[in-house]
Amino acid sequence: MNREELDALVERARAAKASARQRVAVCCGSGCQSVGAEAVLKRLVEEVKRAGLEGVRVHGSGCRGLCEKGTLVEVETGELDAPERHLYLGVDESAAARIAASHLASAVPILELGAADHGGFFAQQERVVLEGSGRVDPEDLDSCLAAGAYAGLARALGDLEPAEVVQEITASGLRGRGGAGYPTGLKWSTVAKSKGDRKYVICNGDEGDPGAFMDRAVLEGDPHRVLEGMAIAGYAVGATQGYVYVRAEYPLAVKRLKIAIKQAEKANLLGSRILETGFDFRVELRIGAGAFVCGEETALMASVEGRRGTPRPRPPFPAASGLFGQPTLINNVETLANVPAILRKGSGWFASIGTAKSKGTKVFALAGKIARTGLIEVPMGITLRQIIFEIGGGIPDGKAFKAAQTGGPSGGCIPAQFLDLPVDYESLATVGSIMGSGGLIVMDETSCMVDVAKFFMSFCKDESCGKCIPCRAGTVQMFQLLDGITRGRGTVEDLARLEELSDLLRATSLCGLGQTAPNPVLSTLRYFRDEYLAHISEKRCPAGVCPIARPAVSAPAVPGHRAGFIEIGGGD
Amino acid sequence: MATPAKPSHPSGDKRFKMLDAAMKRHGFEGHALLEILHQAQELFGFLADDVLIYVGRALKLPPSRVYGVATFYNYFSLAPKGDHTCTVCMGTACYVKGAGEIVEAVVHAAQVKPGETTADGKLSLVEARCVGACGIAPAVVFDGEVVGKQTADTVLARVKGWTEP
Repeated sequence: MNREELDALVERARAAKASARQRVAVCCGSGCQSVGAEAVLKRLVEEVKRAGLEGVRVHGSGCRGLCEKGTLVEVETGELDAPERHLYLGVDESAAARIAASHLASAVPILELGAADHGGFFAQQERVVLEGSGRVDPEDLDSCLAAGAYAGLARALGDLEPAEVVQEITASGLRGRGGAGYPTGLKWSTVAKSKGDRKYVICNGDEGDPGAFMDRAVLEGDPHRVLEGMAIAGYAVGATQGYVYVRAEYPLAVKRLKIAIKQAEKANLLGSRILETGFDFRVELRIGAGAFVCGEETALMASVEGRRGTPRPRPPFPAASGLFGQPTLINNVETLANVPAILRKGSGWFASIGTAKSKGTKVFALAGKIARTGLIEVPMGITLRQIIFEIGGGIPDGKAFKAAQTGGPSGGCIPAQFLDLPVDYESLATVGSIMGSGGLIVMDETSCMVDVAKFFMSFCKDESCGKCIPCRAGTVQMFQLLDGITRGRGTVEDLARLEELSDLLRATSLCGLGQTAPNPVLSTLRYFRDEYLAHISEKRCPAGVCPIARPAVSAPAVPGHRAGFIEIGGGD
Repeated sequence: MATPAKPSHPSGDKRFKMLDAAMKRHGFEGHALLEILHQAQELFGFLADDVLIYVGRALKLPPSRVYGVATFYNYFSLAPKGDHTCTVCMGTACYVKGAGEIVEAVVHAAQVKPGETTADGKLSLVEARCVGACGIAPAVVFDGEVVGKQTADTVLARVKGWTEP
């Protein structure tokens, strides 16, 4: 297939879509599936068939974001470019039958199922990465093509030299969405300049941060976008082989990626001589096996090579010597999902969104003590207050906001006084947290910050790969100190010791896991020291969460808890 | 590439034939070890020593390497699972919404520790890092089916149906 044939195919796909008077997308993301989305989809298809409705197209889609109110069903009517959309929330089988009988059969929307209050959820969002998620049918290439898939790749291959593609990404100001925010264009140009027999592109879909599910939604809802981003990256840096590394815990994402790779290969959008140009690019799937450390790039590469996922010192950086010793570009799913849109709409358009140093949008997974949990995509620079109170609907049950946790086990807790902080890489760093991959967990007055710090330390302790001693032993020591405090055995000296260990881990750990493991402890010590002190001197947990607060209940078992095996010197 | 002499397992178990096919698809390359172990676990339910040795020989990898990989990753299990599996998500979102209490309740009711199987082999209790269903926290996976907004009571009701004779 060449570019003209692709254009013709897109036209046909659009015409086929437009021929349907009504297009019905049933969210089949993981959240909605757990409340019966498949049954809703089946029922709608049956009802349409039974009533013999003409011009109605019903299909499954990826995540729409408002997981709290599943199953979500959107009915789209009219022109493709300016459609009228009606979103139904909390649809079950009987509601599906009513929608079919009223909206689909006689074009009368059922207003009470539309729930008026979701306006605030969508109003301030700007969808770039999630543009297609929830709209396209992820298992149907035509549906994705009609929505613009592979147009960016066609432009790159047809109109631009590889160096110009790198230039376009640099000009867009895109930064890595995996957490650290390294400029994507710079990374690409480094790999492009590296010499090697063979180069690789790896898509990091090892979304290990507990409380984050952005990558999952993109991979499940719009897999072709990620493949297109990888192919564009491959063209720009001179790679011919790509690997998508996905967690085994995401079976649906694995399934949809497998389908998408097959479809793209069949349509000559991946494989040899893509779009009849001289560019070859193949993508293989690699499935992780549950190790948080594999999110670190050198550990991830070891895992792709079939070894234990342990990191190694850098340099050499993957850009010089990565997978199988060759120059390798590693980007996060969300970073790569931005790329097709930048190529399609231009770097100027992308750079117009966001703040001076943080361009574009960011996807956040809203969870915890918040009214509307789900997935949102907002322009950089929006405030936490807007996210939590306007989009997220605030804290349920009239409770008070206490903190927002971003960046997972590598991030920190942001207290109420910083609610008006703009969300961008630099601002979050100034208050001791990080952007991270996009998990945003809201805590209210019933959450204990010492317990939260202990939770993350327990996570890091279990997930430490054991290669370097500061992380392997340090996380255990810190966990024991925190555990002691939550059980009423802490002393004031323990706090100094925690800070000392934090410094040690930060400065001497081999990889990001150990270096950032102290962040949740440091940020809670900084903003919620009084809570630590209440546990220590008053033997009381203000939130009523920790074991000292409920002596009647037997202490919960601590799974995987091992005694520390080195002694550390006293803190003084 | 030349096909190595069929390692073919003496037991004659058909599942080894399927495992052979998977290894052949990957050209018996050592870097496909994770893929092969995934396949083996899917076929056998868990990774017995016998299976690990078999895979190591076929891929020309030392047993230490195969065992090292199999034990490094949480997803691989070296012991058989129970008839049913209750996986409680312990991601941050689920944790702040009470996943810890759910685990505690199952531990007490079924007398099983996380990561282990009851003595009668009926139930395995697993703590997951995050199943990515944070929007419907707390989430529990019953035999592969993700169910959201759980409480200790709803989970116990389901688990009791499995464990009681």
